[in-house]
Amino acid sequence: MNKYEIRVMALTGIMLSFFLFAILYNTFSRNIDVPTCIPYAGIYKKPHFKKLDFSTYEVYAVAHMWAFEPTDISLPAGSSLDIYLTSSDVVHGFNIVKKGINLMAVPGGITKTSITFTDPGVYRIVCHEYCGAGHQNMMGKIIVTP
Amino acid sequence: MKISNSFKLVILTGLIMPMTLFILGAYNGVMQTIYRAGILHQSSVAGINYYQGLTMHGVINAIVLTTFFAVVFGHITLSYYLKREPPKLSYQISMALMVLGTSLDIITMIAGKAQALYTFYAPLKASALFYMGTAILIVGSWIAFFGWIKIYLEWKMENLEKKMPLAILGTFVNFSMWFIATLPVAYETIIILTPWSLGWTHSINIPLTRMLFWMFGHPLVYFWLLPAYVAYYTILPKIAGGKLYSGNAGRLAFLLFLILSAPVGVHHQFSEPVFTPGTKLWVSILTYGVALPSFMTAFTVGASLEYAGKKRGSKGLLGWMLKLPYFKIDNYLFGYFICGLFLFIFGGVSGIVNASYSLNQLVHNTDWVPGHFHMTVAGPVLLVILGMSLYIYSSISGKEIKFKTLAVIIPYIWMVGVAFLSHGLMSGGLMGEPRRTNLGLSYTNPDHPLFNKLWVPTTTITLIGGLIMGIASILYFFLFFSTIAGKKVNESIIILPESEELHEEKKIPLLLDMRPWLALSVILILFTYVPGLISVFKYSKSVSSQYQPDNPQNLILEKKGIGNKNGKPEYDEN
Repeated sequence: MNKYEIRVMALTGIMLSFFLFAILYNTFSRNIDVPTCIPYAGIYKKPHFKKLDFSTYEVYAVAHMWAFEPTDISLPAGSSLDIYLTSSDVVHGFNIVKKGINLMAVPGGITKTSITFTDPGVYRIVCHEYCGAGHQNMMGKIIVTP
Repeated sequence: MKISNSFKLVILTGLIMPMTLFILGAYNGVMQTIYRAGILHQSSVAGINYYQGLTMHGVINAIVLTTFFAVVFGHITLSYYLKREPPKLSYQISMALMVLGTSLDIITMIAGKAQALYTFYAPLKASALFYMGTAILIVGSWIAFFGWIKIYLEWKMENLEKKMPLAILGTFVNFSMWFIATLPVAYETIIILTPWSLGWTHSINIPLTRMLFWMFGHPLVYFWLLPAYVAYYTILPKIAGGKLYSGNAGRLAFLLFLILSAPVGVHHQFSEPVFTPGTKLWVSILTYGVALPSFMTAFTVGASLEYAGKKRGSKGLLGWMLKLPYFKIDNYLFGYFICGLFLFIFGGVSGIVNASYSLNQLVHNTDWVPGHFHMTVAGPVLLVILGMSLYIYSSISGKEIKFKTLAVIIPYIWMVGVAFLSHGLMSGGLMGEPRRTNLGLSYTNPDHPLFNKLWVPTTTITLIGGLIMGIASILYFFLFFSTIAGKKVNESIIILPESEELHEEKKIPLLLDMRPWLALSVILILFTYVPGLISVFKYSKSVSSQYQPDNPQNLILEKKGIGNKNGKPEYDEN
């Protein structure tokens, strides 16, 4: 290997290290993380939405062909929402575009994440995994009141 | 080198069958862009529904065409460099299995019995024949590889002093990686999905099937890519009029692919439960590792092209770019290679985004992802397949290529099409446009409550790209099949353009022996997937379910007489 090759490998290494640093910074300093693991239990297949304390809400979101439940998720701006997502039939997707929340609903597994809604509005949830003939109509929503 | 009749028959079958099927694959690709742009607000056209067509597009273009080409190109590479044909038994059985497996897949897809996409997402059910077909196709490709090992060992005994030729190293790395990575998917299809689809077993662990699929699903993309890399290292410098800048760099790049390809599949599963964030971060780092051999390839191939341009009399720092043989009738291959490289720059960079752990949250399963991989698999991979298929067909059949001007301009038209297509898909993806979705029925239908006007311009750009790619493929099919219809004018021979290396490099023993690299590969796989497997059993449960794509009734519960009424989920406690 000549000096140019060694230089290009070093440059690539520096660039990739920089990207890696950006990831670690996002994860540990800004708490932008991928979904975590919790053990599966049948209870998560029962859709439910409730207030835990003055600014924290919890939802057991269940995706099925071809809708999300519960359908009446509404919370005031400034509150945070813990999402426990699963599917009662096939694999589905769960994407809240404006919030960068991007989850898979997998039967037999629980996808857990948390988000905080700072701005009021209607947040649409798009199913982005092929789940059968009605896939393109599968959408849910979260209403954030002022 | 002359070619025997039986070997010739196998090569020609391996070129013509997938290219014929590619007509169906390409048609379904163009149709998707039309549906998605909201031109069609319907679920099917000409008896093929959107998701059935999507399954065909994926299976034919991404598995059938690419696997056949890897095998055919491997046959030609091995026999050209070793000056002998592989054992007759191995190439015949291999091709027979591949043809059989492909036929099963095609029949089930056309009959509408396989609409679970090429990713087999259980518990959506496809016909057992579809799973078996894919497994048989893969096993067929293994058998070709076993034959190559035999002739390589024979050659090595006669040529103890010689290095393994770079093209053969690339091919062997590719098929070793392929063999390792296809074991999990063979297990998934044969042991889990087939008995489940036939109704012999009811219980199925979905996260486990997904893990097994992606252990194969990502190495698959390198399996598509490495034949193109072999061509970029060993053929492109020659047809550009230069030499390969460094053979050792090529060897190192291939060996890095061998160790890093297989364990990185988890990066398709960042948004899923079951894998711990630690495993996901580890895989993100490994995926950055795979970027290294691609950057090295970009440098080595770029340096080889610069040398070629300078030899052709270019001046200045970048003048060599203008001196390359872009539009030469007698050198049509160059266009396919260079257009593939242009696309791959953007394909590679967008791939780093996908691999980037939390950044993936923005783009996972949106149209960004097909936007990215059309610049790899429909970029260098497909263009090398198209160019080399013409070249190999012409030399093996002894027929001259008809309409050579067309052969020269097709890759440029295709490249422009892919650029539009990927731009549309990626910009839509950043606005949340979902992939694998018949948008025309809802999101891009102004009369539908889910209509989203932001996705109209992006799907329209995608449509323009799709139509341009459609035109390029029609031209290519016309060219390829009129060449087949021509008369034999030359002798049938096995030949490849062979690049010389620019420098006489010293032998580095570590780069000549695949064994330590294979061992390291297995260690990395265990290091990634043992924790993965432990997580699967710790965090997930099996379910008893099976679904047809058009019906929310659980087939297994129905069979047991439990039946969930009206497709409503049942809230059992297990």
